[in-house]
Amino acid sequence: MPAVSKGDGMRGLAVFISDIRNCKSKEAEIKRINKELANIRSKFKGDKALDGYSKKKYVCKLLFIFLLGHDIDFGHMEAVNLLSSNKYTEKQIGYLFISVLVNSNSELIRLINNAIKNDLSSRNPTFMCLALHCIANVGSREMAEAFASEIPRILVAGDTMDSVKQSAALCLLRLYKTSPDLVLMGEWTSRVVHLLNDQHMGVVTAAISLITCLSQKNPDEFKTCVSLAVSRLSRIVSSASTDLQDYTYYFVPAPWLSCKLLRLLQCYPPPEDGAVKGRLVECLETILNKAQEPPKSKKVQHSNAKNAILFEAISLIIHYDSEPNLLVRACNQLGQFLQHRETNLRYLALESMCTLASSEFSHEAVKTHIETVINALKTERDVSVRQRAADLLYAMCDRSNAKQIVAEMLSYLETADYSIREEMVLKVAILAEKYAVDYSWYVDTILNLIRIAGDYVSEEVWYRVIQIVINRDDVQGYAAKTVFEALQAPACHENMVKVGGYILGEFGNLIAGDPRSSPLVQFNLLHSKFHLCSVPTRALLLSAYIKFINLFPETKATIQEVLRCDSQIRNSDVELQQRAVEYLKLSSIASTDVLATVLEEMPPFPERESSILAKLKKKKGPGTVSVTDLEDSKREGGELNGGGERGPDTAAMASSNASTPSPSADLLGIRSAAPVGAAPASAGSLLVDVFSEAGPAAPSAAVNDDGFLRDLEQPTATCDSLLVEGSGDSDSAPPSEDPAPPLPEADELLNKFVCKNNGVLFENQLLQIGIKSEYRQNLGRMYLFYGNKTSVQFASFTTTVSYPGELQSQLNVQTKPVEPLVEGGAQIQQVLNIECLTDFSDAPLLNIKFRYGGALQNLTLKLPVTINKFFQPTEMTSHDFFQRWKQLSQPQQEAQKIFKANHGMDTEVLKAKLLGLGSALLDDVDPNPENYVCAGVIQTKGQQVGCLLRLEPNSQAQMYRLTLRCSKDSVSKRLCELLAEQF
Amino acid sequence: MIGGLFIYNHKGEVLISRVYRDDIGRNAVDAFRVNVIHARQQVRSPVTNIARTSFFHVKRSNIWLAAVTKQNVNAAMVFEFLYKMCDVMTAYFGKISEENIKNNFVLIYELLDEILDFGYPQNSETGALKTFITQQGIKGQHQTKEEQSQITSQVTGQIGWRREGIKYRRNELFLDVLESVNLLMSPQGQVLSAHVSGRVVMKSYLSGMPECKFGMNDKIVIDKQGKGGTTEDTGKSDLGGGSSGKQSIAIDDCTFHQCVRLSKFDSERSISFIPPDGEYELMRYRTTKDIILPFRVIPLVREVGRTKLEVKVVIKSNFKPSLLAQKIEVRIPTPLNTSGVQVICMKGKAKYKASENAIVWKIKRMAGMKESQISAEIELLPTNDKKKWARPPISMNFEVPFAPSGLKVRYLKVFESKLNYSDHDVIKWVRYIGRSGIYETRC
Repeated sequence: MPAVSKGDGMRGLAVFISDIRNCKSKEAEIKRINKELANIRSKFKGDKALDGYSKKKYVCKLLFIFLLGHDIDFGHMEAVNLLSSNKYTEKQIGYLFISVLVNSNSELIRLINNAIKNDLSSRNPTFMCLALHCIANVGSREMAEAFASEIPRILVAGDTMDSVKQSAALCLLRLYKTSPDLVLMGEWTSRVVHLLNDQHMGVVTAAISLITCLSQKNPDEFKTCVSLAVSRLSRIVSSASTDLQDYTYYFVPAPWLSCKLLRLLQCYPPPEDGAVKGRLVECLETILNKAQEPPKSKKVQHSNAKNAILFEAISLIIHYDSEPNLLVRACNQLGQFLQHRETNLRYLALESMCTLASSEFSHEAVKTHIETVINALKTERDVSVRQRAADLLYAMCDRSNAKQIVAEMLSYLETADYSIREEMVLKVAILAEKYAVDYSWYVDTILNLIRIAGDYVSEEVWYRVIQIVINRDDVQGYAAKTVFEALQAPACHENMVKVGGYILGEFGNLIAGDPRSSPLVQFNLLHSKFHLCSVPTRALLLSAYIKFINLFPETKATIQEVLRCDSQIRNSDVELQQRAVEYLKLSSIASTDVLATVLEEMPPFPERESSILAKLKKKKGPGTVSVTDLEDSKREGGELNGGGERGPDTAAMASSNASTPSPSADLLGIRSAAPVGAAPASAGSLLVDVFSEAGPAAPSAAVNDDGFLRDLEQPTATCDSLLVEGSGDSDSAPPSEDPAPPLPEADELLNKFVCKNNGVLFENQLLQIGIKSEYRQNLGRMYLFYGNKTSVQFASFTTTVSYPGELQSQLNVQTKPVEPLVEGGAQIQQVLNIECLTDFSDAPLLNIKFRYGGALQNLTLKLPVTINKFFQPTEMTSHDFFQRWKQLSQPQQEAQKIFKANHGMDTEVLKAKLLGLGSALLDDVDPNPENYVCAGVIQTKGQQVGCLLRLEPNSQAQMYRLTLRCSKDSVSKRLCELLAEQF
Repeated sequence: MIGGLFIYNHKGEVLISRVYRDDIGRNAVDAFRVNVIHARQQVRSPVTNIARTSFFHVKRSNIWLAAVTKQNVNAAMVFEFLYKMCDVMTAYFGKISEENIKNNFVLIYELLDEILDFGYPQNSETGALKTFITQQGIKGQHQTKEEQSQITSQVTGQIGWRREGIKYRRNELFLDVLESVNLLMSPQGQVLSAHVSGRVVMKSYLSGMPECKFGMNDKIVIDKQGKGGTTEDTGKSDLGGGSSGKQSIAIDDCTFHQCVRLSKFDSERSISFIPPDGEYELMRYRTTKDIILPFRVIPLVREVGRTKLEVKVVIKSNFKPSLLAQKIEVRIPTPLNTSGVQVICMKGKAKYKASENAIVWKIKRMAGMKESQISAEIELLPTNDKKKWARPPISMNFEVPFAPSGLKVRYLKVFESKLNYSDHDVIKWVRYIGRSGIYETRC
């Protein structure tokens, strides 16, 4: 580049700049600038033409003033004039001014574009470069419009100088980034790819940036670049450090180019051509080998360049994820960096390892570095590196090392930086849950978590621990004991009080035997924390108190006293006051039986995606979904769907009645059984309505009273999750030929209700539909509850029931019309009377239409009416059973299915499900005690169909064989279909 | 209370640093420099809050005085103190400049020790301070024990601003009424806002402990006397020469020097006091009604095409022809894209000052009831900026020998019972000076 010669030195500019620098105050500076501006204005205004030199000088001054932060609104014309000068310095200053100060002034842009065009078509490479730089610096849409077609031509023209090609490639890249729609692919694209073979390394380096960007958008068009890139890479990698001369940087041949090549390759899958692939693997191996070599120089630039290539190569290896050998080698290489004294290297190593941990090939290799990583977490000085270490620990965790990792993370949490605490807490909670083999360990861990970092424990974490404790009978006692002990600490975190209140309220009875934790002691302990807590916690504690009254009648007087005191019953907070008043009344008016029913132990929660995981994902934000998360979901999916140790939970939750003594499906069946405390008329609620119809209800059936409990329970997650019943079943249901079922999940929703009668049928942002149903012989009654979840009224609300196919003749459903208006937050009820005429296989459709804020909402659901609802259980002996079994021996009467267990094979759960089906579960019938045998009669109007069922689990293979024999072949087929989805 | 006091030069270097309370650390010094002195934006609020620390600053030429506190102090008090501090320093060593501060830093620390105690302002009366903080060496001071105890009793006594035993051969008294008149006028000559802020400054050289009584044409007093029918003082009232025939003026608000007995002012509206020795400001006041505007500016701006602007400005003096206004300066702003200016004026000198983007027209003297005119042709450079010129107002500076508020001193009586001189023996000088404050006319 021609240097500015001495004679060209602009003295006036130098003087002006030194004047400005010598100004003592801002005001003085402004005065000086004003003076100069006036001078330039008068010069530009002057009638006599300025020579190029003075023009350049004044434009330079204007530029300097602009860069000092003052507005410049003139001089553009003079700058444009400079563009047409033939002197390099004048042209350069002109372009500089335009690049910095251009605005979309239409007439000027035209002039500028003209000047640029002239320069581009000149044969002078320096001028061409200047013009290209200006286009790239401005990079506006107008520029792109004018030159997007011109630049590719320059780029691929045979006679273009190398330096111009370099500039053209980068300029095109810039234009493509700002307005991709204007840069049209054409025949030049293939020729651009061949620039990778260019002799000049600078051109290759510039071109590869362009190709990488273009190929990300149009991978197919640039596919050919892979083999070219590989060959180029192998030439560089195998070259000696002296081969590339100018492009060798501290003994590393062309490091930038190598990195860019590796990055380009990461845009594509592994090459299919064996030879190319072999060559690439060779390159990668060479790079890994080179990393092992002793450094050729002690300079930091040398190691930086080398490591840059190495990390890019490792990224590529991870991207391919197909070469176990390379993956393990990469992992070992990174392992060495873990203890490197360069902080940046340690950071990068940890970061890369995180992604390596997700690969199945290298997961084990990563795990060998656990000690080092833990050490890094403890001793690392840089917080960002510690954060990476924590991420890696999370990523490498599996069942074998979960306990160790969780323990380490917990102990680190005590000293962790505030910025990462919340994330750490979530991670610990997730790991503890995911890999909990022993649930008492899980409970311990989470309670510890709350103790150590209570402030950072989000709501989700403690919701989750409660869900798990409720769903697992075996830890309830332990949890109660642990919480009780934890609460004895003089200062507890509020979250601990919440967990404690909830768990003691539910399961306090399990530890009440011990005089040290007698009911009164428990209550006093909880109440001692009461006054230190916020309103939501107090509300929760009040609920716990009323549950205490139910669990321990001896505490009734004490608790009533507490509820009655002014600070509760006249509390200024409406929620607390209402609770206190209602609970007080409830405890004094209702009989123990009612109390027992209302305050029944919470039903198990349906299994869902762990809310904590969702929270962690949200926290990281959509833009930064790291590989860890992806890997998480991958593994999560495996664990959840493939059964694993969470299987039992899922199953337990799917049939929510597992732990309750008498399943709700049996409401009718045991009608004749001894009445357990006839439904008290005093509690004239909906609940009673259902129960009086159903006869003397079992005291349990916690699911039944969700409508009632909803009012009682506090509006925290417990309540929400109760409403959102959703079993883990996700497979498709029997095929249906509905003309227009807008809901794809209708079948799934239907499946949920095969073994139960009550729950939430459907829920979205607007509407929630709850169901209660009961069946007697061939008749059934169903209550639908439509809840408006919004605050806006639903208008013209109508529901219709339709019968697809021949169902019309098989089933008769009478509906009562509903109110056309549903107020915001209100719930309306609809009663359906169902009569089964003959056996059927399809489900009736329920269509709901309403207007929400003017928009018509239309949705169709399947009504959960299945043939098994009309089962009547039949008790029989082993002898009778097998006799009948043999009678139904025609091949079409039998339906058999062998299938894989979807939800684990817990005995209690299975039993509950079979009971929920409606038939009688017969003990001591089958010679093999593992097998289940059921018998029942399906009542239709026309006929009765006897059904026998046999379920043979094979716990080794996690398979079931289900056999059904019915007196009617269609029934056995349909039942078999329905049931196969349930286990 | 004030936690610390710093004085910086224009570069932000600390010249004086005095910390009174522990909650102010060294980093406060830097915080002010970084956030205020070196701040990017032009407008700097006099009060800045940085990290729960408040900085109050005033600027004198290139010198920054900053008071720092972490407490919720009375901002007006702090500023009053800072102004007082400036007065004290000026009284001791003249102009406040970097040079002077560097040369007198021992004295300044000494003063700071005296006038601020644990952050609470103390006696900052220059006269009193000068009796015990002197600029001579300790050897030069020939203070006896007696004198020292006298100083103590005076400083701590009821009349802290005056010592006993002052004796003058000639009892003299100078009274200056200094006013600055502020105006904003529309191009059509309509007054948009106007007020006068004035000060009464006295220089007294009186013997003993004289009791003074000051009277002016305050509307309330005049009305009261008019009703009472007692016109004992009116005969000898006109000590100075005003220009207006107005009888009384309405004072919006006023503040007094600490020597004035406020209780007496509240009850009788009479201003009586024992004056300090030397120069001091007796009172400050503000009026907004019936202001005599000494000058009227009539602008005429005509845009001729895109590249030319014609400006004609006429000024008219509006006071007695016998009085002479001085130091008249009219500042006519020019557009930012001015490339050349031609000026013609009949009187005085006019010049285009590019560094200030204004035409400055200066006239040395001008009698009352006269008028003068300037016309200018401004050439403009066409720019691609679509913004229209905002036309800032034309501003004016001047000095006139009367009080634009119409205030008149009616009497100033001196009583000294112990020494043998009466009111008539005192020589009294009264002077009125009206200056322009922000005196602007839109164009």
